[in-house]
Amino acid sequence: MTLVSITGLDVGYLRRRQVHPAVTGLDLNVAPGEVVAIVGESGSGKTTTANALIGLLPAGGRITAGSAIIDGVETAGAGERTLRRLRGSVVGLIPQDPMVGLNPTQRVGHQVAEAVTLRGVAKPAAYAEAITFLEQAGVPDPELRARQYPHELSGGLRQRALIAIALAGRPKLIIADEPTSALDVTVQKRILDHLGGLVRDRGIALLIITHDLAVAADRADRVVVMRHGRKVEEGDPRAILRDPAQAYTRTLIAAAPRLAHGGRVVPRFDVRDQPQPAPILTLTGVGKTFGTFRALDDVSVTVPRGRTHALVGESGCGKTTTLRIALGLESATSGSVVLDGTETADLSWRAFRPLRRKAQLVHQDPFATLDPKFTVGQSITEPLQSFRVGTRRSRQARARELLDQVALPVSYLDRLPSELSGGQRQRVAIARALALEPDLIMLDEPVSALDVLVQEQILGLLADLQRDLGLSYLFVSHDLAVVASLAHTVSVMNGGRVVEDGPVATVFTNPASEYTRELIDAIPGRRADAL
Amino acid sequence: MTRYVVGRVLQAAVVLWAAYTLTFAILYLLPSDPMQLQLAAAGVQEDSLTPEQLAGMKAAFGLDRSVGAQYWHHLTGVLHGDFGISLTTRQPVTDLIGARIGPTLQLSAAAAVTALLFGSVLAYLATFVRLGPLRVLLTRLPAVGASFPQFFIALFLIQFFSFQLGWFPATGTEGIAALVMPVLTIAVLASSVLAQVLIKSFDETLRQPYIVTARAKGLSRSAVHLKHALRNAALPAMTLLGVIIGTAVTSSIVTETVFTREGVGRLAQEAVLSQDVPVVLAVVTLAATVFVLVNLIVDLLYPLLDPRITAGEGTLL
Repeated sequence: MTLVSITGLDVGYLRRRQVHPAVTGLDLNVAPGEVVAIVGESGSGKTTTANALIGLLPAGGRITAGSAIIDGVETAGAGERTLRRLRGSVVGLIPQDPMVGLNPTQRVGHQVAEAVTLRGVAKPAAYAEAITFLEQAGVPDPELRARQYPHELSGGLRQRALIAIALAGRPKLIIADEPTSALDVTVQKRILDHLGGLVRDRGIALLIITHDLAVAADRADRVVVMRHGRKVEEGDPRAILRDPAQAYTRTLIAAAPRLAHGGRVVPRFDVRDQPQPAPILTLTGVGKTFGTFRALDDVSVTVPRGRTHALVGESGCGKTTTLRIALGLESATSGSVVLDGTETADLSWRAFRPLRRKAQLVHQDPFATLDPKFTVGQSITEPLQSFRVGTRRSRQARARELLDQVALPVSYLDRLPSELSGGQRQRVAIARALALEPDLIMLDEPVSALDVLVQEQILGLLADLQRDLGLSYLFVSHDLAVVASLAHTVSVMNGGRVVEDGPVATVFTNPASEYTRELIDAIPGRRADAL
Repeated sequence: MTRYVVGRVLQAAVVLWAAYTLTFAILYLLPSDPMQLQLAAAGVQEDSLTPEQLAGMKAAFGLDRSVGAQYWHHLTGVLHGDFGISLTTRQPVTDLIGARIGPTLQLSAAAAVTALLFGSVLAYLATFVRLGPLRVLLTRLPAVGASFPQFFIALFLIQFFSFQLGWFPATGTEGIAALVMPVLTIAVLASSVLAQVLIKSFDETLRQPYIVTARAKGLSRSAVHLKHALRNAALPAMTLLGVIIGTAVTSSIVTETVFTREGVGRLAQEAVLSQDVPVVLAVVTLAATVFVLVNLIVDLLYPLLDPRITAGEGTLL
């Protein structure tokens, strides 16, 4: 008896009176208690499949052919009433982004209890049960957390609250849609481990939706690879990793650092035996306090010219504050910052301005960093305009040159950000940062919002640009897998301090601190070890 | 929390003082001579008075003092509830307003409540109804309502409900029946503006990920709307509350004139025509007080409705 039985499923979105297919001819079964992962990039139809199962397709989305039977109930063409009986009590959902997945004006406990009352439990009992579910989801001090509002909880705790909501309906299947991609790697690992344990103990089937084959391979009994709305490959994760049948699956394996090297994390660059070039940026003994909170404590970081130095750590470790101080966006409470031979720690905004040409920033979120009303050409030439570089004509020529450097067609000059994919937007942001020919580019989590395959492409582009233009990078990330494929040297930060630094090859193969070891251990792809 | 309240109250006091001072400055910089206005109102030729008589009158009204001294005198008077003497009727301004404020308060309050009710219900229906054409109609309705000038709505109501159907009196201040058409006149505009903002806010809220979470729990559509969308959607519209009530008060000038109601609005209109400076000053100050008070109440209500507002204190991350 299968729990989910999908045969020949077609799902499409209605736009301008035309149905655009998102999923085509999908066959998929999930047995009770089984853990299945659907892997694919944005637009592969993986999230559409999940939404169709629970009857929550966005406006315009509809099942056009085939059938999806869940627990004996046909959902294709089913009415709201039928679907409602499935939601919560048969299928639970853990949504993608925990930061926005909870109602901001209701207490957390109330939101969990609401899911309990839908099973017919009376209110006071439901609240007590909600606290138990929060505890099971791994929320420490659940009585206190239940009384709080979502904004008082960290991302990891909010994700656990959402897991509690999914558990509260006592479902037979939980769909986890990119459940942890917005979280730090270590938190991600802890939560996925915990979720895995919960469903195993209760015999709940789990459908994981992810863009990362390494995450899928670590946790699923069966992996389904999707591309362009169709199933590409399906099978046991070990078999797929050992012997992928499709070229596409092979590129997915190559994009995950740990899978590519049989479970080991192999850095791209090894500078252990090379002399270190002169520094372009040096932070010495930098401290920063916000009120009574010590954000940075005696932080020293050196970026050698023409190389990439990475700052690694979890949310709140001070890596972004360090970057902001290096950029002159925030002033240090103590210590010195030397950018290309100039002490910048005490410079005023005005005095710092000429130096801004030397150091540019590429921001984390490619969806928010470009002005939605600016064309690509306007975005790229804006820094040139603001520093009065060249004429109108020469700026246009420069914009074409820059687009070429980031491997985008020149025809993109007149496009708006809304017409671009995430990866393309990040290329535009890189082109904008390159416009003033800076020596140093600060990269703030430049790929964390992107799919693994696109991550791989952007990291490749950054490495090429560094080689061709002699750029130096200061690179902030929470993901050691990404650091391994871009950085030469690294500082591991925790609680506002640097706990360990040195060449990536040294730190990764022979970590000196327990904390670094934990971070390395959190890189997905462990199952490849056994191959 | 206490700091928030004290801060907002102080802000409100400063705004009120600024509004009063600005109005005072504008009215006293007008190129007319208050003395001449008074004499004209009393029907006395200026030539028939001796310079001594003129000076005596000026002194009696405090007009011989410097502008600064006059401002100080007025301001301290206002703080004691004394807005001076009307130039045209020679009655204390406080008495004049006191006699007229009842009908205006009735009108404004009824109009504001009606606007809130109409606006919210319309917005809720427009987002809840699933039937395509009806939904389009309900969504477009506010734009239509907001485009009609108030005097036009007033004249239409009089023509239709008074002259043709004879349901309500066209003029007068007495009774509930006389209140219906003026209230509607104001409420059409105010509720349209409110509904426009609310509909947009509702649509925005219903696209939020936490709505998906709520639906995935298995909640019914109406439960999702009422328990999860309504409160979040109402937050941005809260700011409008001040504008709605303010509109209700200021609209009373046009409305009371058209429907010949004996209210403060009409008093203001008459005072402006005869350049009765103390009365105008008092009415403007009164209107500003209502605006400031309503906005103060909205500001103080915000933290109760949106837990994130006072997030500055006691955040546990």
